[in-house]
Amino acid sequence: MPVKSLADLQKIKAEALAKRQIRTATAHAQITVAMGTCGIAAGAREAMKAILDAIEKDAIPGILVTQTGCIGLCEFEPIVDVQIGGEKITYGKVTPERARAIVAEHVVGGKPIQEWQIVR
Amino acid sequence: MPTEFYRSHILLCNDAECLAKGAQEIEDALVAALDANGLRDEVNVLETSRLGHCATGPEMVVYPEGITYIHLTPDAVTEIVNEHLLKGRIVKKYQFTGEARKDEELRAPAAKEMRIIMARCGVIDPDNIEEYIAEDGYAALAKCLTELTPRQVIDTVLKSGLRGRGGAGFPAGKKWEFAADQKTDTKFVICNADEGDPGAFMNRRVLEGDPHAVLEGMLIAGYAIGAHQGYIYCRAEYPIAVRTIRIAIRQAREFGFLGKNILDRGFDFDVELRIGAGAFVCGEETALMASIEGKRGEPRPRPPFPAVAGLWGKPTIINNVETLANIRNIINRGPEWFASIGNEKNKGTKTFTLAGDVVRTGLIEVPLGITLGEVVFDVAGGIKHGKKFKAIQTGGPMGGCIPEQFLETPIDYENLAALGSIMGSGGLVVMDEDTCMVDIARFFMDFTQDESCGKCVPCRIGTRRILEILERICAGEGEESDIERLEQLSKSIVAGSLCGLGQGAPNPVITTLKYFRAEYEAHIKDKKCPAKVCKKLITYRILDTCPGCMVCARNCPSKAITGERQKVHWINPDLCESCGICMSVCKFDAIVVE
Repeated sequence: MPVKSLADLQKIKAEALAKRQIRTATAHAQITVAMGTCGIAAGAREAMKAILDAIEKDAIPGILVTQTGCIGLCEFEPIVDVQIGGEKITYGKVTPERARAIVAEHVVGGKPIQEWQIVR
Repeated sequence: MPTEFYRSHILLCNDAECLAKGAQEIEDALVAALDANGLRDEVNVLETSRLGHCATGPEMVVYPEGITYIHLTPDAVTEIVNEHLLKGRIVKKYQFTGEARKDEELRAPAAKEMRIIMARCGVIDPDNIEEYIAEDGYAALAKCLTELTPRQVIDTVLKSGLRGRGGAGFPAGKKWEFAADQKTDTKFVICNADEGDPGAFMNRRVLEGDPHAVLEGMLIAGYAIGAHQGYIYCRAEYPIAVRTIRIAIRQAREFGFLGKNILDRGFDFDVELRIGAGAFVCGEETALMASIEGKRGEPRPRPPFPAVAGLWGKPTIINNVETLANIRNIINRGPEWFASIGNEKNKGTKTFTLAGDVVRTGLIEVPLGITLGEVVFDVAGGIKHGKKFKAIQTGGPMGGCIPEQFLETPIDYENLAALGSIMGSGGLVVMDEDTCMVDIARFFMDFTQDESCGKCVPCRIGTRRILEILERICAGEGEESDIERLEQLSKSIVAGSLCGLGQGAPNPVITTLKYFRAEYEAHIKDKKCPAKVCKKLITYRILDTCPGCMVCARNCPSKAITGERQKVHWINPDLCESCGICMSVCKFDAIVVE
C-alpha cells in the first residue's frame, strides 16, 4: 500500500504505535489469565485466545494481557483477573463466551460483571 | 482493518556476534516451541540488532514484562516458552538481573553520552518499516516534500552546522549546495557505507539497527540537489547490514517512499545497493565512485570534486552513513536544536568505537567537543587493571597517537588536526603503559602499506619503506639515522600522495616520533624496548626464588627451559623465542622480563 499523503503516513504511524504499545506505554487495564496446569486443563488457553481475539477485533488500545500461575482456587479455573486503576476483580470459570463479555462490559464498558466474580 | 494484537513481544538479538553464537538456532527453536504450544498468533517474535548483552548472548527480551534472558540455548528457549509464555512463570536461571553491563558493543548510555543517531538501534525492528514510521520515520521526508523547497532544505542543513562524518568534516550543506548549483538533470546521491577502519563498526550498527534513517537521509539529499538515483556502497564484510539494507529498500518501495511520484509530490527517487569487494581504499570517495562504475577502485585527482563531476561524470554527493542518519533529526527538530549540541564549529553528536585498554570498550555516542579525557575516564571507565594511560589513537589507521598531556583536548575536527591526528570516521584506540609506541606505528604501517592501492609511488613504495625501517627498529637493528629517514619519508608521502590514504598513512609515525621520540631512541641506541613488547629486545629470566615446579619447562614451546625438580630453572637465551608463556604460567612470580 503506497503512502500517498501526509494523512496516510500519520495513519500508519498511529497503527504502528498501537502495535508496539505493549513495549513502551503503560497500560490502563491489565488482564491476567491464570495459566497453571489446572487452569490450562480447565480451558485457560481458550479463555486467553478469546480475550486476545476480542482486543484485536475491536483494536482496543492500552490493554496488557499477562499470565500467572495457579492461585490455589483450582475449582474455579479458568480464572481471569482484571485490574483497572487500583481495583482488581477476579473472575472464575471463564469460558470463551464469558471472556468476551468481560472484555466488552468490564474492560471497555467499565462495569464489572457481578455474577461471575469470585469474592475472596 | 484491526491491527494485529500480540500479548507479548520477544525481541531477539540478531547481531553478528549473537548470530555467531547461534542466534539463528535459537530463533528456530523459539518459533518451533511457540508453534507447539499454539502461541504463534499471540506472541510476536522480532529480530532486532544488539540489545546490549552480546557478550553473554544469544539474548532476548520478553515484553510486556521486559525480562532479559541471556546465555540462550535451544533447550533454554523451549523451557522459557513452556514456563514464561505459557504459564507466566519467569525462568530465573536464564534471566539477566545484573545492572553492570560490561564489555559490550552497545551499553546503556554512560553519563556524558547522548544517543541521537543510535537512539533507535536495538529499540525498533529494523526489518519492519512500520516500526520506523512509529518513530516519526519518513516524517522529515514528508515535511521536505510538502513544506520546503530544495533550497530551504539546503539552508536548513547549512544552518545546523552538520559536517561530514566520514572524517574530513566538510560542511554537508555546502556539499549539497555545490551539487544543487549544477545545471543538469542527472545527479547522484551516494551513501558511503564502506567502513574499512580496523575495529570501527559505528556505521554497521546504524545500518543494521536503523536502515530507514539512512534511506530517508538519502531521499532528502536527493530532493535537495535534484537527484533521482542513489547508491549505497556497503562493504561485503557486512553481510547482516547488506541484508538489512535490502529489506529496507524493498519495504520503502512497497510503501512508496522510493520510486516514482513519492508522496504524490512529483518527486522520483530510487536507491540501489552496491557491494564493495574488500579494498580499504574504496572508502575514499573517488575510488568508491570508480568501483561503482565497475572500474578498478583507485582514486583520481580532485578537482573536479564529485559535487561537480562525480559518478559517470555527473554531479554527485557522497555522504557517510552517519551524516545521512542525522538529516531526519535536523529536519524534524530544527537546525537550531542540532546546533545547540556540540561546540562552536562542531555541532551534533558523533559515534565512536572504543577499543583497547579501557574498562568498557564498545560503541559510544557523545556530543562533539567532549574532551579525550572525558571519553577515556568517564565514558569508558578508565584504564583496565589499574594501569596508567599512555596514548589514545583517533581516526583509524591514518590517525595520530595523542599522549597524556593533551587529554583535555576537545574532540573536534580542528583540535585533533592541530595535534597531528584526525577525526576520521570515529575509531578510538586507547593504549596503556604496556604499549610500545614503535610497535604501534609498525602495526598501523603494516595495515596501510597493505591497503595502498598502488596508484601513486610515494604511497605505494614509501609506506613499504617506512614499514621496513620500523620492523628493523623493533628487531633491534635500528640505526641512528633511521629517525631522520622516517621523518623525511613521512613528509614525502604526505606531500606526494593523491588521496587521504597516502596523505594520512604516515600520521601514526609522525605523531609517535613527535610525542614518544625517547622510545624510538631507546630502541635504536640502547636496543631496549621500554614497554617490553618488542620480542627481539627483551629477555626473560628466572629468579633465584624459583621453587623448581617445572611448569614453565613443560609449557615452553621452544624447549628453552631446563632444570631439575625443586631446583632453580634456567632459560637458554639461544633457544628462547620471547613468547612469554613461561611468565604467564608461573605461579610464583619467579620469571621476569627485562
